[in-house]
Amino acid sequence: MKLDVLYFAWVRERIGEPRETVDTDATTVADLVRELSAREDRYALAFSDLSALRVAVDQELTAFDAPLAGAREVAFFPPMTGG
Amino acid sequence: MSVRIQQEPFDFGAECDRFAAGRSDTGAVVTFCGIVRDDGGLHAMEIEHYPGMTASAITAMVDTARTRWALTDALVIHRFGPLGPGERIMMVATAAPHRADAFAAAEYLMDYLKSRAPFWKKERTAEGAHWVAAKEADEDALSRW
Repeated sequence: MKLDVLYFAWVRERIGEPRETVDTDATTVADLVRELSAREDRYALAFSDLSALRVAVDQELTAFDAPLAGAREVAFFPPMTGG
Repeated sequence: MSVRIQQEPFDFGAECDRFAAGRSDTGAVVTFCGIVRDDGGLHAMEIEHYPGMTASAITAMVDTARTRWALTDALVIHRFGPLGPGERIMMVATAAPHRADAFAAAEYLMDYLKSRAPFWKKERTAEGAHWVAAKEADEDALSRW
């Protein structure tokens, strides 16, 4: 399946792009992280500490074990600092 | 209820006036304004956000606040882009028949905006730029709700 993968803040800077389309068979967010991390060092570096990251699937915050069935968009970012 | 995500400045006084005007079912309006604080040497603060998610995430917070407190109205304005020291970043206004609900809902919205609205702040100083880290205290603040 094709997924739009978005990166924000220092995750975007480490990976070097704000978004990309990924063709993947990953069934969970964690699978997708493993797949991306195996690709290139910049992904492995960005995903080296998942406790420092948050994830949203189709623009809803979720957990790394969340399923990807039917998902269109996954976003990775650091803990939010609004307000 | 209104949620606005914008780059341009907002007129805090005019927004408060407009929000409080013409209400007969409301006895209390609470407003909060967040300002770019310079703790020393800040040149600019850049605020990044997740355009597809920001407004819907904040609208969901407002909807939850409405189920918990007797609100007659709520307004959230949050800016993004580069901001200078002293500039107004965001505001929250709540209206309710009685002040306890208006205060509690405003605090609830502020606590959730801090840690659950998809914004990220980068500070630029003479020494360089760094991303502002989320504070544990802000995360802990959510547990009281």
